[in-house]
Amino acid sequence: MRGLGGFINYLRRNPALGIGLGILLFLMLFSTVGEMFIDPDDAYALSTPINEVPSAEYPFGTDSQGRDLLASMVVGTRMTMTIGMIAGVIGLGVGTVLGFMTGYFGGLIDTVIKFIVDVLMTIPSFLLLIMIASSVPDPDQMSIVQMGLILSIVSWVRPTRAIRAQVLTMRERAFVMMAKLSGMSGMEIIIKELMPNLMPYLAISLAGAVNGGVLGSLGLQTLGLGNLREPTLGMTIYWLRYYNAFLRGMWWWILEPVFIIALAFIGFLLVSIGLDEFANPRTRRTV
Amino acid sequence: MRIPIGYILRRMGFLVAVLWTAATINFLIPKLTPRDPVAEWVTQKIASAGASSVGMDEQIASLKALYGLDKPLWQQYLTYIYNTVQFNLSFSIQNYPKPVIEIIQETIWWTLGFVGTATILAFVIGTVIGALVGWSRAPKFLQFLMPPLTMFSAVPAFILSLILIYYLAFKAQLFPLRGGYSRTLLVDWHSLDFIWDVVHHAMLPALSLLLVSIGGWALSMRAMMVTVEGADYITFAEAKGLKGATIFFRYALRNTLLPQVTSLAMQLGFIVSGATLVETMFGYPGIGTRLGGAIASFDYNVIYGIIFFLVVGIALATFIVDLMYPILDPRISYSGGG
Amino acid sequence: MSAPLLQVKDLKVYYHVEAGAVKAVDNVSFSMDAGVKMGLVGESGSGKSTMALAMMRMIKLPGKIESGQMILDGTDLVGLTDEEMRQTRLRKLAMIPQGAMNSLNPVMRIDRQLLDGPLDHGVIMSKEERTARIAELLDMVDLAPKVGKMYAHELSGGMKQRVTVAQSISMEPDLIIADEPTSALDVVIQRQVMATINRLLEEFGLSLILIGHDMGLMAQSVERLAVMYAGKMMEIGKTREMFRNPLHPYTQMLIESLPVLENKGKFQGIPGITPSLLNPPSGCVFHTRCPKAWDLCSEKTPQFTEVQSGRWVACHLHTA
Repeated sequence: MRGLGGFINYLRRNPALGIGLGILLFLMLFSTVGEMFIDPDDAYALSTPINEVPSAEYPFGTDSQGRDLLASMVVGTRMTMTIGMIAGVIGLGVGTVLGFMTGYFGGLIDTVIKFIVDVLMTIPSFLLLIMIASSVPDPDQMSIVQMGLILSIVSWVRPTRAIRAQVLTMRERAFVMMAKLSGMSGMEIIIKELMPNLMPYLAISLAGAVNGGVLGSLGLQTLGLGNLREPTLGMTIYWLRYYNAFLRGMWWWILEPVFIIALAFIGFLLVSIGLDEFANPRTRRTV
Repeated sequence: MRIPIGYILRRMGFLVAVLWTAATINFLIPKLTPRDPVAEWVTQKIASAGASSVGMDEQIASLKALYGLDKPLWQQYLTYIYNTVQFNLSFSIQNYPKPVIEIIQETIWWTLGFVGTATILAFVIGTVIGALVGWSRAPKFLQFLMPPLTMFSAVPAFILSLILIYYLAFKAQLFPLRGGYSRTLLVDWHSLDFIWDVVHHAMLPALSLLLVSIGGWALSMRAMMVTVEGADYITFAEAKGLKGATIFFRYALRNTLLPQVTSLAMQLGFIVSGATLVETMFGYPGIGTRLGGAIASFDYNVIYGIIFFLVVGIALATFIVDLMYPILDPRISYSGGG
Repeated sequence: MSAPLLQVKDLKVYYHVEAGAVKAVDNVSFSMDAGVKMGLVGESGSGKSTMALAMMRMIKLPGKIESGQMILDGTDLVGLTDEEMRQTRLRKLAMIPQGAMNSLNPVMRIDRQLLDGPLDHGVIMSKEERTARIAELLDMVDLAPKVGKMYAHELSGGMKQRVTVAQSISMEPDLIIADEPTSALDVVIQRQVMATINRLLEEFGLSLILIGHDMGLMAQSVERLAVMYAGKMMEIGKTREMFRNPLHPYTQMLIESLPVLENKGKFQGIPGITPSLLNPPSGCVFHTRCPKAWDLCSEKTPQFTEVQSGRWVACHLHTA
């Protein structure tokens, strides 16, 4: 793929990846550039009149705590995505290191880590997160970063397993044998030979880990395990239930976060499908 | 049939390891936090009763002695393991002296009912759709279902619940907004009216789970069918002039169903987690809502108890499926993989 | 002389891909009498496997039988409906697949797989008849009756191949197409399986088309030999005569490439690579690698002509 032109061309053959990236790009712009159009303070309680139906002044309406929901969505999207990114990047980082080490070098470390990963995969990570999050001192004062870190306690497990499996299959391939014969050290082989070939899988793991992070944070916050002040998407859900938005017909409060969340997850899914197609092309056009 | 002792022992060993890990985590996490649930609760009680705080420390100490919290750590641990094995999961702090296990017993059946039904329905429907869509010789009329089902599968169930509640329950008034049954009815499992009422209340929660799960099963089944269709034995089956239906059911489906079923077992944890959140959305009287309530009131014993119980349940279910799989698939020998 | 069992006339099988049409089988014609063992030999990409699939009418998209006829015992297979073709398979025309490693259903017992073909073709059998037939079929391929109760993964490569042979003769078809049936097996097992196939052909008076790339095996197994290259038929004749006096340069080079015990010289391969089937060379498709090519060869495609009784060749050396 040569440069940006080649990339755009590729996207035409891989629509899932294109659309998915497009959606995520849009959300990113919404939450970053969008901040120029709103006053971030309005995303916090007691900033506006309550329960306003969407109007010219408040395009997304306001909630029962006096938050401007447009500001809330912009800031909240950014926060939720940040949490997801923290969990995703740490998860991928740890997963890469552990996956390569255990997959390539094997031995006792491999057996131990594999065992830990298997056990942790049997225990549902969300339940584990509830336990951890509810035991933290002052969960309602948690910062965005802290939430991201809590999520990263479990976000490394799947990447480790996936990367390890890939390394195991690659390890026996001829080009690795060649590298060994030419005297490259283990670490060199990992960095120079294996990693470039595994880039698509690393990307897939990253998408999965970020997705998982966002999902986990939404779940925890919906249950009330998060900073009650911050307008993250999950906390918005918590509040709209707390204030019974359904019975009061406050459709805007319900639909806006749901739409953004749905958009984000569909974006992640499409990117995953697209990356999978990139890594394992199903149709070969060459004869 | 030869009894595969080695395999059973190995799976059992893994099960024990998982249970022990879960129990230990369950024990350690509360200990690691600087929070003192007993002191917090006592303080809360005193404050809400407006009583004086004289003698509070003694109260806290005596409560702690009751919970065995004054003994050395290793002793606490052993007592804990001993209790846990007997399913004695201590008492609810909020509703003392109600044992946690009783709370679980009250609510677990509601959860099993709706989650079980929804999961099985989704699995069957999704698998059938996926199989037909993935098989190139099947009629194409179901293909159009895939894009919407795929979209739905991306969204978490409880998010979908919000939409369903708003449009179908609140606006269209087709379904009740929350609960497991109408408050106006007496719990009478022999009454047909009551049973219909229960089913009616379970429909939206079940629909939330259904809509998001069907897509996943369909996708994986479709992928497997496509792979299987390229296999040599399918080509040879066609060369033998077998009927299309024979090839579809006996050669393709029979080979793809088994991985699909294992997939189901592996997803149990995820399904239960999702169902928990769906329950809280609806206030459905299952274990999920109780968990949500316990989180809100910081009733730690209930939180840890329910979570531990769920983990045990899932680990056991996975273990049972692990044992059954070699029986179902003659290719899997008991000695391979473990 | 009675009519030939199989007559292929001007068969074209093209694969339509984005870049154009890949001419996997381009205008192939030949005929075969009943009771004959014919070999179809060529290198990878010559079109021989496509021929096998085409005869079974199992070409999948993006491939298609463009035109031509395949007349088996009076019926043109190309014109049949899907259901009619299904009924023809196994009953009149059976296949022994390449490498039976994966040709058997992994989750079905051998006995069921042996009989599901005939059963789906309308043969009614009582339980005793089925048991007897299974034992009979297994015995025909030198397998013990207990194999019936086993699963595919419990059998060795040779045993699996025998099972597929048993399946293919279970309805005594007129013609068996064996697509490299022994390539995946070691030489010893190869011999055994070929011996079994030969014995069964004799016993039931069946005809065989043996597809492969091993000239040595062809020399031992078949009476008639057809040589394909880049989707076109190059030469057909009696095996003995072709080895003694190969007419087409390609055939000559194939024979010369066989290692001979006395000859301790270098291995003779055929220089060059298979041409693209998307854009085949002009004129004679072999001219780019032919040591005897001249101007005409790149201009005009040679006709496949009968130059002697039963001997056909597509080469300007003999037909110009």
